[in-house]
Amino acid sequence: MTVTLREMGPVAQVSLRADPADAGLLARIGEALTALPPTVPNTATAATDGEGHVLWLGPDEWLVVATEDAPTEVAAAIEAAVRGAAGDAFLTAVDVSANRVGIEIAGPGAADLLASGCALDLERGLPVGGCAQTLLARANVVLWHVADDPTPVYRALVRPSFVRYLLGWLRDALEA
Amino acid sequence: MSGVRLPAGGDRIDRSLPIAFEFDGRALTGFAGDTLASALLANGVDIVARSIYDDRPRGVMSAGPEEPNALVQVERADGVSEPMVRATTLPLEDGLRAWSLAGKGRLAAQTDDARFDKRYTHVEVLVIGAGASGLAAAAATRSADPGARVLVLDADPGAAGEGVLADTTALGVYDHGYVTAVQRRPTPRTEGRLWHIRAGRIVIATGATERPIIVADGDRPGIMLASAAAAYVERYGVRPGARAVLFTNNDTTDRVVTVLRAAGVEMAAEVDVRRGESVVGTGADDHGRLASVAIARSPGGGRHETVDADLLLVSGGWNPNVSLWSQARGTLRFDERIAAFAPDRPGPHGRMEAVGAAAGDIADLGRIEPAWIVPPAADDPGEDAWATHYVDLQRDATARDLQRALGAGLTSIEHVKRYTTIGTAADQGKTSGVVASAIAAAILGQEVGAVGVPTYRPPVVPVSFAQLAGRDRGDLLDPIRVTPIHDWHVAHGAVFEDVGQWKRPRYFPDAGESMEAAVLRECAAARTGVAVMDATTLGKIDLQGPDAGVFLDRVYTNTFSTLKVGACRYGVMCRVDGMVFDDGVTSRLADDRFHMTTTTGNAAPVLDHLEEWLQTEWPALRVRATSVTEQWATVAVVGPRSREVVAALAPGLDISIGAFPFMTWRDAVIAGIAGRVFRISFSGELAYELNVPANHGLELWDAVMAAGAPLGITPYGTETMHVLRAEKGYPIIGQETDGTVTPQDLGLGALVSTKKDFIGRRSQRRPDSLRPDRKQLVGLLPVDPGELLPEGAQLVAPDADLGRVPVPMLGHVTSSYRSAALGRTFALALVKGGRDRIGERVSVPLAGRVVEATIAEAVLFDPENRRRDGEP
Repeated sequence: MTVTLREMGPVAQVSLRADPADAGLLARIGEALTALPPTVPNTATAATDGEGHVLWLGPDEWLVVATEDAPTEVAAAIEAAVRGAAGDAFLTAVDVSANRVGIEIAGPGAADLLASGCALDLERGLPVGGCAQTLLARANVVLWHVADDPTPVYRALVRPSFVRYLLGWLRDALEA
Repeated sequence: MSGVRLPAGGDRIDRSLPIAFEFDGRALTGFAGDTLASALLANGVDIVARSIYDDRPRGVMSAGPEEPNALVQVERADGVSEPMVRATTLPLEDGLRAWSLAGKGRLAAQTDDARFDKRYTHVEVLVIGAGASGLAAAAATRSADPGARVLVLDADPGAAGEGVLADTTALGVYDHGYVTAVQRRPTPRTEGRLWHIRAGRIVIATGATERPIIVADGDRPGIMLASAAAAYVERYGVRPGARAVLFTNNDTTDRVVTVLRAAGVEMAAEVDVRRGESVVGTGADDHGRLASVAIARSPGGGRHETVDADLLLVSGGWNPNVSLWSQARGTLRFDERIAAFAPDRPGPHGRMEAVGAAAGDIADLGRIEPAWIVPPAADDPGEDAWATHYVDLQRDATARDLQRALGAGLTSIEHVKRYTTIGTAADQGKTSGVVASAIAAAILGQEVGAVGVPTYRPPVVPVSFAQLAGRDRGDLLDPIRVTPIHDWHVAHGAVFEDVGQWKRPRYFPDAGESMEAAVLRECAAARTGVAVMDATTLGKIDLQGPDAGVFLDRVYTNTFSTLKVGACRYGVMCRVDGMVFDDGVTSRLADDRFHMTTTTGNAAPVLDHLEEWLQTEWPALRVRATSVTEQWATVAVVGPRSREVVAALAPGLDISIGAFPFMTWRDAVIAGIAGRVFRISFSGELAYELNVPANHGLELWDAVMAAGAPLGITPYGTETMHVLRAEKGYPIIGQETDGTVTPQDLGLGALVSTKKDFIGRRSQRRPDSLRPDRKQLVGLLPVDPGELLPEGAQLVAPDADLGRVPVPMLGHVTSSYRSAALGRTFALALVKGGRDRIGERVSVPLAGRVVEATIAEAVLFDPENRRRDGEP
């Protein structure tokens, strides 16, 4: 299997909870982030800079993911922007930049490797831009299909305490 | 039987590739493409097993997974010995070593290091069986829906065709089109792969299995299913015998006779049930191998003729392979046309169909006359006359066993199966099950269809535990969770303990130091100097929203809405039963924001608990919970000199007692990292819990160790943490509690509000929750200060008569330690009405002796809390 595994550096991440029925609120958040929080399950939207994304995690829960640089400052800026957009509406925003680490799984064999430990239909159930909270081996992950061109790239966002286990498991699977 | 390799033929073998192997210590040769069974037959090995109870010689009966006899012990090239492997499906490999078995194998003593893995896949259509019907169904699907993903499985290593996964056996069908299958050696480095397949539609094209007609002494080596004999000729170029008798009730054997004749087998007799003929018994040579066949040419006995033969070909008809159909709760009906059970209505999933022979379309069957068993020759046979009518050869179960089962009054075929054990062996009754049902039906005077067959269950063929485990073994058995500071702990000799999935340092022994000595040293450092612990595993939950305070008031027994911003409070939470569920310190970060901590093991359950109540009972509350357990690394700096360390690390923080009192928290830059400092204590000592983003955890720890070095800062683990908290009477949820303990039982009644409602309040007012003799948390001091009571030890009254069981129990020890601070051992215990017994003695019966102890207050060290601001 031609796959490369990479543990990513710290990425600014903000957990966002808001009422999905409040279209005005979502629109204001979307304006602030330049990416509308998606209401279609297991999808992500991209910010206009192409770097930031808003991942759907649940009916009223999103994960805002930014770049690999200066996570604390970026997360604070995202939090401030979102709170500013809220006005009187109720939402919550929490800096979770250190709460999950990205493991990038890239290469033509990426989906095949993931299929050794993930029960999702990666081929038809997780197109590019799709994301899902699922189990990879025995670790809870947010599995995000980042790209397909020129080569498939998936990102597994996992709690840092599981990184060693998960990388070990994936490397072991690569030896099959 | 005298099997030989024919000079030509065999479409599966490659005669240019000879293979050396060993059976029962004999060096033998076969060809690439052989199974172990075909190679044994080619070498004239006709006895391949002894039967499990009756010690009868047995030979190869089939050429497939239905084999009841030829199960062998195989030693793989890596030395691991695998029991009960079917020789009829085991590909011959160079250097293969196998042994015959007497009905049961031996598990390998060593670890099986072969690689097994798993694979998930999703298809629109799964076809099980790559025969003509299966391939046709696959092709039809593809042309009807070119976009459909179609997967075809076939157990045969040689199976081929578009989308065919060969050498792959479907094991089971579960709800919603979920199918498991095992693939043999998917890659050169992987011994087996367990497939998890989710299929929109399932096509069962598993074919049919020939079944025998049961006769007296019908179990001898040389007696074979008719189709198997033809398979050995055609697939492997092996002639399984020289002189054969055919016993049949259908036309599928016509082709067998043609094939065998062409291979040079002499047909000594053809016995056809449809002509009123039958085989009534067999004779053996000195080794127990088939030597002759007794034939009755007319029904009901009369004169028998005896024919010399080394091969008896038997065909009692064909059973559609309905196991998978039936597992999916598809119904079966007895089809008189084929005298067998065939699929009727599909199970609840619905999207399943059977095709070809599996559906009951048995090719070339002709007219079949049902024939299940040939009665003994005697006019009035007693029960014992049925004793060698073997039905299940692997279990040595006979028609006599069936008679006894029915004679005992059993009528359900499920009971008959369990009484006789027919169908319970590794072959799961593939050749014996339906026959047993038919014999039972005959004895009961019922139709076969009315008796039915026992429930089919997965797996269709045996599967090893190593295969089921896949790669989830050894260090990968379960995630090993580590903190960002883990490598430091390893480098500094920590002894770890498992706390759930976490690895936590238990203690940090100096070279050659015992655990007892290390823990006493660590405790002394925390009580007299400064010590440090990695508390990152603590559960942490961020609660935000204008109703956060109201929500916490409902979740905790005590009140949080009144907590001031910047302050912390210890809280206890219960489930609806009123029993303690978790505890921890929760801090107010802002008017609308709290930081909750939970026990390490309950981080996820507490979040689930909060979500459940928010989502199902109080959706109107404007508050949301977010797990931040792994956002923050937590380092506890503990001891009278901890202030000096924190002062050095956070020069911008005013840590004077007045400015930063106990049970408050402050934002701070610690060692250059933005974080929070909590002045909370799980030891009774002055202590600070430093929180920084987890990716800076190791950096913080290194800074703490450097700042504390001049003061001799001592790292400590969970064992010391336990001793320190126990000296203060702080309970550990899950150690002092077991789901039957209320906050009041723990002596925490002061933390249970009487002014508000909370989860569990009503239950705490039940009469049983108010009984004065409930078990209550107390301290326990062994009379001998060197005596360390075992945790879990039972407590009885000092005058209890230990000879009169049951001895009334007063309670049990929940925690027990040696204390450096107390200069003695001590324990915590749950004791009936314990708080009213303080000062009283109890007896602790141990193995072979009884120890005395005195009940004490739970808080044994610094009960006035004079140490929490530092050395008094």
